[in-house]
Amino acid sequence: MAETEGRVSVRFDQATLDYHDRRVWGDLSLEFREPSFVAILGPNGSGKTSLLRAILGLTPLSGGTLEVLGEAPRRGNPGIGYVPQHQSFDQDLPLRGRDLVQLGIDGHRWGLGRPSAADRRRVSQVIEAVEATPYADAPIGRLSGGEQQRLRIAQAIVGDPRLLLCDEPLASLDLHHQQEITSLIGGWQKRTGRTVLFVTHDVNPILNLVDRVLFVVNGRWAAGTPDEVLTSERMSELYGSHVDVMRVHGRILVVSDSTGSGFELEEPHHLPEIHAGSGRPSA
Amino acid sequence: MDQLLHLLSYPFVQNAIAAGIVIAIVSGIVSRFVVARNMAFAVHALAELGFTGSAGAILIGVSPVIGLMTGTMITALFIGTLGVRVRERDAVVGVVMAFGLGLGVLFLTLYPHYATEAIAILFGTITGVSRSDVVLLLAIGALTLATLAVVYRPLTFATVDPEVAEARGVPVRGLAIVFLLIMAAAVAEAVQVVGVLLILTLLITPGASAERLTARPGRAAVYSVAIALTCVLGGIVLALVTNVAVSVYVTSISFVLYLGARFVVGPVLLGREQRRPDLG
Repeated sequence: MAETEGRVSVRFDQATLDYHDRRVWGDLSLEFREPSFVAILGPNGSGKTSLLRAILGLTPLSGGTLEVLGEAPRRGNPGIGYVPQHQSFDQDLPLRGRDLVQLGIDGHRWGLGRPSAADRRRVSQVIEAVEATPYADAPIGRLSGGEQQRLRIAQAIVGDPRLLLCDEPLASLDLHHQQEITSLIGGWQKRTGRTVLFVTHDVNPILNLVDRVLFVVNGRWAAGTPDEVLTSERMSELYGSHVDVMRVHGRILVVSDSTGSGFELEEPHHLPEIHAGSGRPSA
Repeated sequence: MDQLLHLLSYPFVQNAIAAGIVIAIVSGIVSRFVVARNMAFAVHALAELGFTGSAGAILIGVSPVIGLMTGTMITALFIGTLGVRVRERDAVVGVVMAFGLGLGVLFLTLYPHYATEAIAILFGTITGVSRSDVVLLLAIGALTLATLAVVYRPLTFATVDPEVAEARGVPVRGLAIVFLLIMAAAVAEAVQVVGVLLILTLLITPGASAERLTARPGRAAVYSVAIALTCVLGGIVLALVTNVAVSVYVTSISFVLYLGARFVVGPVLLGREQRRPDLG
């Protein structure tokens, strides 16, 4: 990477990950420094989530080294916040948004867990910051997907992490909620000057925030600024077949001609036309 | 009332009530997690294999409570180690339960005079437990509550939000096994009151009712314990007065409380708790 000033958030050195004798990705050598907003892109099954799991200390590397916030990856590193893919909570679950955020502070600690007054204030502040106060005391399972995801972001940032990992946080949200969640995460990153690693298979909703891209496919990878990586040459190299990268109305489409029909390499529901229409994935 | 006070002076009644209080507290808390983790089937398997354990214990002349505890613990370890994924878990529970019950039938056949004890274990008789068993039940109950107190917060995290809990370093997998062992102890306790076949009345109903009353996790635990206490103590007292089996009253009271929580009290309490109407 060109920049060398900020603190190193994540550094991979010849990192390799195999899963059941299959190379997920190999020879990964790169670093991200604060502040950066990194989009981790690639088709399904290309190992984007395992990249996050390696950073979280949940999956050991098969080779090479990884440094997270200046130390070896370890489970429960308090410097990391984590926003998972949106999955609805059960309607009847006795849990409020406030409780979910509280778990972000002390959920990993043993004991009964009576939050201190300072913790409670902190939880309220963060809920206010993500503008979730009006529904923070309702059962979380009855909130909309976007509202639940806001509270998940509050949960992830309540411990003031130096590194925020987001694993497809926009999946199954409609366009409007995607924009809200995106600007929330982008706003936090700008305000704090920290690093966000954002796994997604569609870069478009976060295109204006991203300053670095890591693209993984078929065990190969490319990293750099969006303009460096998201080009027809680099993408064709990575996919090993001819790929066109097109910019249409400020959006990026990665299109392969190997199928002969100009069809998107990602899932079809990431096509902007479909988003703009019903906001629902098409079959 | 006089009759009741008179009954309370009997040691066997005092034993029953002391054990009943501990059992109700354990059941109330554990049932919250059983409901949230969808483990009704596992509870049933633990109870039925507890039956096998106690049948085996009687056969070799050991306390049935110890046999029960052994049966539920072994089953918990089996389910915990073999059934890692949720789908796998139900299959393993079924496999282990079928074999274990078969063993129970074998033990019954080997010791035919066992019918009374068998009925007691299947349907529960808290008033029939011996002094030493009561002490044992209190000890198991105290140990279970102490373990629960230690793991309560991470177990809650792992139950409601397993993905983030894992990312935050909570040992989700280890806690699943610890919770199975806690369940094993809770089942061994609750079987004393309601028996193997009616176990769910104490290990599901209080938690399921409490969920209908509040969205606050702390309050839900308090309600669940209160409901379990009402069922157990109400059941013991009514059984003593009327001479009908305890489990009949416990199951009836818990069913009525569930209906009340779901259709009468719950809507009012939940509505009051929520600051805004349900948006679906």
